[in-house]
Amino acid sequence: MKPQTRTALLFASPWFIGFSLFLAYPVVASLYYSMCDYSVLRPPVWVGMHNFRNLMKDEVFWISLKNTAIYAGMALPLGMATAIALALLLNTKVRGMTIYRTIFFLPSLVPTIPLAVLWLWVFNGEHGILNEVLRRVGLPAPNWLSDTAWSKPALALMALWGAGNAMVIYLAGLQDVPTEMYEAAELDGAGWWARTRNVTLPFLSPVILFNGIMGIIGTLQVFAEPYVMFPGGSPARSTYFYTMYLFDNAFIYHKMGYACAMGWIMFLIILVLTLVALRVSEKHVHYQGG
Amino acid sequence: MGHNHGAMARSLLTPLAVVVLVLAAWYSEMVVRVPEPPGPVVVTYWEKWTSFEGDAMRAVVDAFNRKQNKVFVKLLTISGIENKTLMAVAGGNPPDVAGLYGPNVAQYADDRAILPLDDFCAEYGISAAQYIPCYWDIGVYRGRVYSLPTTPASTALHYNRTMLREAGLDPDRPPRTIDELDAYADKIFQRGDRGRIVRAGFMPAEPGWWNWGWGCIFGGKLWDGKTKITANAPENVRAFEWIQSYSRKYGATDLQTFRSGFGNFSSPQNAFLSSQVAMELQGVWMHNFISMYAPGLDWGASPFPHPSDRPDLANSTFVDEDVLVIPRGARHPKEAFAFIAFVQSQEGMELLCMGQRKHSPLVKVSDRFWKTHPNPYVRLFADLAYSPNAIAPPKLPLWPEYGAELNNAFDQIALLKKSPKEALDAVQERMQPKLDDYIRVARLRGDEP
Repeated sequence: MKPQTRTALLFASPWFIGFSLFLAYPVVASLYYSMCDYSVLRPPVWVGMHNFRNLMKDEVFWISLKNTAIYAGMALPLGMATAIALALLLNTKVRGMTIYRTIFFLPSLVPTIPLAVLWLWVFNGEHGILNEVLRRVGLPAPNWLSDTAWSKPALALMALWGAGNAMVIYLAGLQDVPTEMYEAAELDGAGWWARTRNVTLPFLSPVILFNGIMGIIGTLQVFAEPYVMFPGGSPARSTYFYTMYLFDNAFIYHKMGYACAMGWIMFLIILVLTLVALRVSEKHVHYQGG
Repeated sequence: MGHNHGAMARSLLTPLAVVVLVLAAWYSEMVVRVPEPPGPVVVTYWEKWTSFEGDAMRAVVDAFNRKQNKVFVKLLTISGIENKTLMAVAGGNPPDVAGLYGPNVAQYADDRAILPLDDFCAEYGISAAQYIPCYWDIGVYRGRVYSLPTTPASTALHYNRTMLREAGLDPDRPPRTIDELDAYADKIFQRGDRGRIVRAGFMPAEPGWWNWGWGCIFGGKLWDGKTKITANAPENVRAFEWIQSYSRKYGATDLQTFRSGFGNFSSPQNAFLSSQVAMELQGVWMHNFISMYAPGLDWGASPFPHPSDRPDLANSTFVDEDVLVIPRGARHPKEAFAFIAFVQSQEGMELLCMGQRKHSPLVKVSDRFWKTHPNPYVRLFADLAYSPNAIAPPKLPLWPEYGAELNNAFDQIALLKKSPKEALDAVQERMQPKLDDYIRVARLRGDEP
């Protein structure tokens, strides 16, 4: 081995050690445990595909998966549309724009748990500020937190609070759109919408794809907010999400093997969805210079 | 810069890096490991309590540390105690004593996460006869003692005397049967503008901590103690029918809207403390919250009503306790038990239970304890714990899952999404195979369930 190689490996070794110890090993171990009856406290007992077979028959598993899919179906498009719309607005040339950008980004800095507690008050069916406003303008004021039909929309609505992160990435993408394209479009007589549709969005498409994939991963793994706001996935398990069932299996029911199996199924789901997103977007994503 | 310099620097680099790594490892180990001081053995004790409840235990620990010089107990306040103890045992570095919850005992004992204490108990002369039976029993799993109590709790009907009076009811005669409870509830119930509920006499979903257990109030059992889950026993179905009757007569949505306006339990906006709900099932701790948030409340406590046709079920009460256990892998189990034994002494226990304003789990209680106890109903709670109808969560390792299923069934029937029979049949169908599975695996492992 060349001395340089050795030195390079040595300097990279903290990462290698950290990666293998804290990431690679747990990942491999969880695959093994997913095929074991394992409570963490006693030695694992090999049960083959038993956990996976049981999961397929587990009604609560399917409920949690369905809840998660519905939530992702609401939160993902809503979140992306909001973030793009905000980014477009914040990309206009208005005085004091940096201040507006900061203001719209700020909410995403609020830590999750205080955020959840805060929104419990916003959504309070009787005294919540949201229902107060809805009543004022003559709209029905649902029981966001205790009505099975409204608990998931409430969470999707709340997720918009964190749109700032995606918004900043879109903003960066927007800065990259060459101005000569707009000039050319304008010369061709394109209006605001035609420019947005034919210039901005195609140039933004790689960023949209990136945010879309990150959004798939994020919404499918929603955990902390519902865990704090809806204990046990109440009401009647309408907010019992995949990760909550996984957590309960691992740490409350001490079925670590079962939880590992759930983790791997979620990994496969996300992998497949990401591949599908990449494939579907092939024709619609335009990379500059590529 | 000569070529040699570079080579020398490079050849020095590797050993230097190794030395740095070793030093870092050694130093971090030094920082983490507190050396055992000469003198008393240090026993680490993890406990969940904060505020006045934490202070009460700290007083007991201090008293123990003052009393002798062989063992020094170091009390650490830990949140999420059951999960952290689980992880610490799995990691092989647990505390010597952990303050878990009563319903954890079966699950943790079954997983061999905590040590049986029978030999220690014998050595210190601690036995069942010294305890109120239900409180001793919570620590026993498959015939062995795995935990001893810290503070116990039983429940009773708490009622707002002012609200009873305002509804034309006798505040000195709380309801004794379920029928009377329903009649009282109807009299107190009020709607305001737009038909919104503004006041309720009784709501089965409030506070919602024993949603799994209403069947037991009606004489039902949740399992046969061996191999059969009995979630859909007729008594349990009857209890859920009674619960659903509230959703039917007051409207599930209206009740939901009313409930959604309640504040946190530990706040002045608590439904009972803010006089929104007149009668609630609550534990011996409720007095603490009344004196904290609603000191002017005119209240009373009495045994929870029983079904009119089942006088044998009078004095039903939910009992629970916090417990002390010695986790597997503890470094100083002997010294740990010396401390546990002190907590079990009349002196230690009364200091603790007075500080937390609960009753004592021990049979022997000093006059001073009764006379100076701030809760005017403390004797009622202690007496209820002796009741043959004291209900504790079933000692099933599967209980956390079973309880979650029952809570979900409760939600479904309260929201009128399922009939009581349907909801409980579903629980039965889901849990019985799980129990079968558990027993099969236990046999495979060589445990005799």
